[in-house]
Amino acid sequence: MKHVPLLFINVVIIATCGLIYELLAATVSSYVLGDSVTQFSTIIGVYLFAMGVGSWLSRFIEKNIAEKFIDIELAVAIIGGVSAPVLFLTFAYVSYFGLILYSLVFIIGTLVGLEIPLLMRILKDHLDFKDLVSRVLALDYVGALLAALMFPLFLVPKLGLNRTSLLFGMLNAAVGIWATWLLEPLIPRKRLTILRVKGFVVIGILGIAMIKADSLTTLAEDGLFPDQIVYAKSSPYQRIVVTRGKLGHSLFLNGNLQFNSFDEYRYHEALVHPAFAAYNGTPRRILVLGGGDGLAVREILKYDSVDSVTLVDLDPLMTELSNALPALAELNQNAFADPRVTVVNADAFVWLDNNELEPFDIAIVDFPDPNNFALGKLYTTRFYNLLRAKLKPDAAVVIQCTSPLYARNSYWSIIRTLEATGFIVRPFQATVPSFGVWGYALVKMQPFDTPKDLPPAIGLRYLNEHTLAAMFDFPTDMTMPSDDIEINRLDNQALVRYYESEWRRFE
Amino acid sequence: MDLSRRELLTMFLGAPIALAACRESSVRRFPEGEIVGANWELGHVLREGRNFEPGADKWQNVGIAIVGGGVAGLAAAWKLKRSGNNDFAVFELEKETGGTSRSGEGSPVGYPWGAHYLPVPFRENIDLIELLDEMSLSDGKTETGDLIIKEQYLCREPEERVFYKGRWYPGLYLHVGESEDDKRQLAAFEKQINNWVNWRDGRGRRAFVVPAALGSDEADVTSLDEISFGDWLRQNGFTSERLFWYCDYACRDDYGLKLEQTSAWAGLFYFCSRVRKSGDESQPFITFPEGNGRFVRHMADKVRDHIKPSHTVVSIIPTDTGAEVICLTNGELRGFRCGKVIYASPVFTAMFVIRGFAERPPFNARAFHSNSWFVANLHLKDRPVPRFARDFPLAWDNVIYESPSLGYVNATHQKGIDHGASVWTYYYPMCHEENGRTKLLNYEWRELADVCLTDISRAHPEIYDLTERVDIMRWGHAMISPTPGFIWGEDRRKALEPYRNIHFAHTDLSGIALFEEAFYHGLRAVDAIIKE
Repeated sequence: MKHVPLLFINVVIIATCGLIYELLAATVSSYVLGDSVTQFSTIIGVYLFAMGVGSWLSRFIEKNIAEKFIDIELAVAIIGGVSAPVLFLTFAYVSYFGLILYSLVFIIGTLVGLEIPLLMRILKDHLDFKDLVSRVLALDYVGALLAALMFPLFLVPKLGLNRTSLLFGMLNAAVGIWATWLLEPLIPRKRLTILRVKGFVVIGILGIAMIKADSLTTLAEDGLFPDQIVYAKSSPYQRIVVTRGKLGHSLFLNGNLQFNSFDEYRYHEALVHPAFAAYNGTPRRILVLGGGDGLAVREILKYDSVDSVTLVDLDPLMTELSNALPALAELNQNAFADPRVTVVNADAFVWLDNNELEPFDIAIVDFPDPNNFALGKLYTTRFYNLLRAKLKPDAAVVIQCTSPLYARNSYWSIIRTLEATGFIVRPFQATVPSFGVWGYALVKMQPFDTPKDLPPAIGLRYLNEHTLAAMFDFPTDMTMPSDDIEINRLDNQALVRYYESEWRRFE
Repeated sequence: MDLSRRELLTMFLGAPIALAACRESSVRRFPEGEIVGANWELGHVLREGRNFEPGADKWQNVGIAIVGGGVAGLAAAWKLKRSGNNDFAVFELEKETGGTSRSGEGSPVGYPWGAHYLPVPFRENIDLIELLDEMSLSDGKTETGDLIIKEQYLCREPEERVFYKGRWYPGLYLHVGESEDDKRQLAAFEKQINNWVNWRDGRGRRAFVVPAALGSDEADVTSLDEISFGDWLRQNGFTSERLFWYCDYACRDDYGLKLEQTSAWAGLFYFCSRVRKSGDESQPFITFPEGNGRFVRHMADKVRDHIKPSHTVVSIIPTDTGAEVICLTNGELRGFRCGKVIYASPVFTAMFVIRGFAERPPFNARAFHSNSWFVANLHLKDRPVPRFARDFPLAWDNVIYESPSLGYVNATHQKGIDHGASVWTYYYPMCHEENGRTKLLNYEWRELADVCLTDISRAHPEIYDLTERVDIMRWGHAMISPTPGFIWGEDRRKALEPYRNIHFAHTDLSGIALFEEAFYHGLRAVDAIIKE
């Protein structure tokens, strides 16, 4: 065999690909399941163990070693190549993700484990044992280093997980085909052709997947979102996408950012605690409208006096996901597992209209911004009247009201609508870097003073007495722009029109 | 595809869509359904002119017999009851009252079978406001005395959208692609409307107002009845195609007639009668998922004990002291001796029912032409997904520009139910056909459902899969036709006068089919009887 030195290049690439698959599996699982230490540790453990199993199994391969070696290489190429997309897809659609994850890692590990022993046996007749072991193992570890460096520095940021996976599968298959020339003398002529055909089929499949990747909705969204998509699924109501980036997880509904785990505590502390601070009695019955991510509930559950939290969110997929996706459940501190929390999946407008309810002490209204008529109705005088009817006379309510800076007319239209409903309104705003300056309204049905005190020792990260007071102070560029701001009613939907014209400027 | 389907679709929807639909080779799932309501056979018994004589023991006495349980009849009954009179009966040939305001019950909401909205009445229309107050629809009055209708009963935005060349646009008037000339003409048209809105006669009466009887009868106004609305537009220099479409739609929607068939008086009435002063918005619409079914049910509930459903009045014999009303019910004839009759049925039927009318007619009942419609209710398991991200979303009233139908109304809209199952009510006036009524009778459920689904499928191809059920009602005599010359003609005027002890009370007497007009005539008949 004249190409022995070239076969060593093969070793480097095999090693690189093997480690890339391992890193991909560990990264995907830490993205979707959270807790990266556990994920990396268990994936590496299972992968190395599987390699050992592969090495051990290599003894049972006695004949046609060269041909089997290439077959295995092609198998690694196809399985490893599709591993990341398969993991993302299965996560969104099947419940036994763990089984698929570890099976995949085990199969890839076993196949990669078979490769080096077989290659060493192919080369054993051409080199000293001493030489062979030192060169093959040394290059194996060089490949590992290459992979370990390329993966975080270049591959993940530039290509993303899916494309990295597919690309390395193709590289792996290309090396397999190349090996059919290097090992030509060891393989019968007819077999060679079959192997080459197989190799090109594998490259073809992965190539198609690569091209299709851009037309598939989930992958096409890679371009829309700056970070890696870890979950993407459409419910009858909306498209839910969770991404993971340097600053943590983000949730998008129909492409609109709902929170980033980096600064969501600012948003949710401002959403929840002013209502509790403004409530004079002991808050027991709490209503949350919208807020399917469970983050507002997390803040509410910090109050021991709370007996019951009723959360009404349109989309069952959203509330289930907040409970089932470890990254989200971790963030909302398993709010939905708390026995005090009841989830109702309904349109809040219809639900309030159709149900007789015991009145609530506090309500937190956290709907997506009013960018369409179906959402716009949740900001109308009619809606606020329906809400009023379900509140105790001294109840306190906080409503998220979009940004008073970016959508000044929209914000003040909501405030005026609340006033027109008969609420006493205290507008306030907080800075949430992911969103910008954000607006809220604290309202009650009875006259009240702007709250000044917060409960002690409930672990607030953003709010203190000073920030609380400052939130109710409006800089000049966010005050009510004119007295002609329209009240939002079902029969005019003025807010949707304000909102459209204001946010369009930023598109 | 067989030729007959193509003929059917060509007749109802025009050749291009018929061709396109018939080229479609794939077999589509076709929903279930049936023809419901409006009983042709019973109604047509009247035409036979038979002699009806109940047995001697089948007679009863009643003070006032109200013939017909539509809006006018129910309004008369409601008014009698309110004024303390309990000696009356309402005879309705169908199983339920309500006439063309009838509605269906269902899940997730009820749905209309005909009329589906009421513009908020002007403050002067105190009788109608009394009804709305009794129904607790208002939150009181403004300083100027205008009624404040509760928000949940005012038609929710978005009210209308129009489908044109593959996309949905907001509103009814099609702005997209309009030329400078179109814009100029629309502005000029609005100016004309404003002039008529502000117009007052020597006695301070408006040209067009609801109820129409309170408007001006001066020649400047009544002469508009001599020409068609199409002629009026041309005489005023209008040529814009989309303006003509808009006016034609208005005529089909309110009167079931084409622009060229509608009196210019009626056309202008549509645009002017619900605007208080120039520049004001038209009065907002009061609506419910079940449309005007809510009003008729309320009135019927108030007089429930007086309603005799499935009672076909086959003969009325005027006497010197009153009249004998003979009904056919459950195959049996029953007689009612009464002092007064309020004839709240389509006026043309008088010649078949009232003995002596045909022999010495006080007016020509045949002049009261009515037109026919079919209405389909589509029960959807879910809504179609918008085809374009920027498509204007589902509205209350959804109109297809190229279609001779009026499009469909979404019943869940007013309840704020924006997801999942709904009921769509599709309206088709038979004004494009000679003998529309006969043709309508000749078509069965499957054919009319095919027309409706084919029409809607141009905007929503998935309608076949989403529709679980299509029920259809054929309205043979849906609406009085305000053709030129009728409204300000002899016959309508004469019909306002009682015939012996029979008072006519029907929207036909206004020459236009509107809830408010029917209501007005019901009350007017009661007032006349009380005065006597």
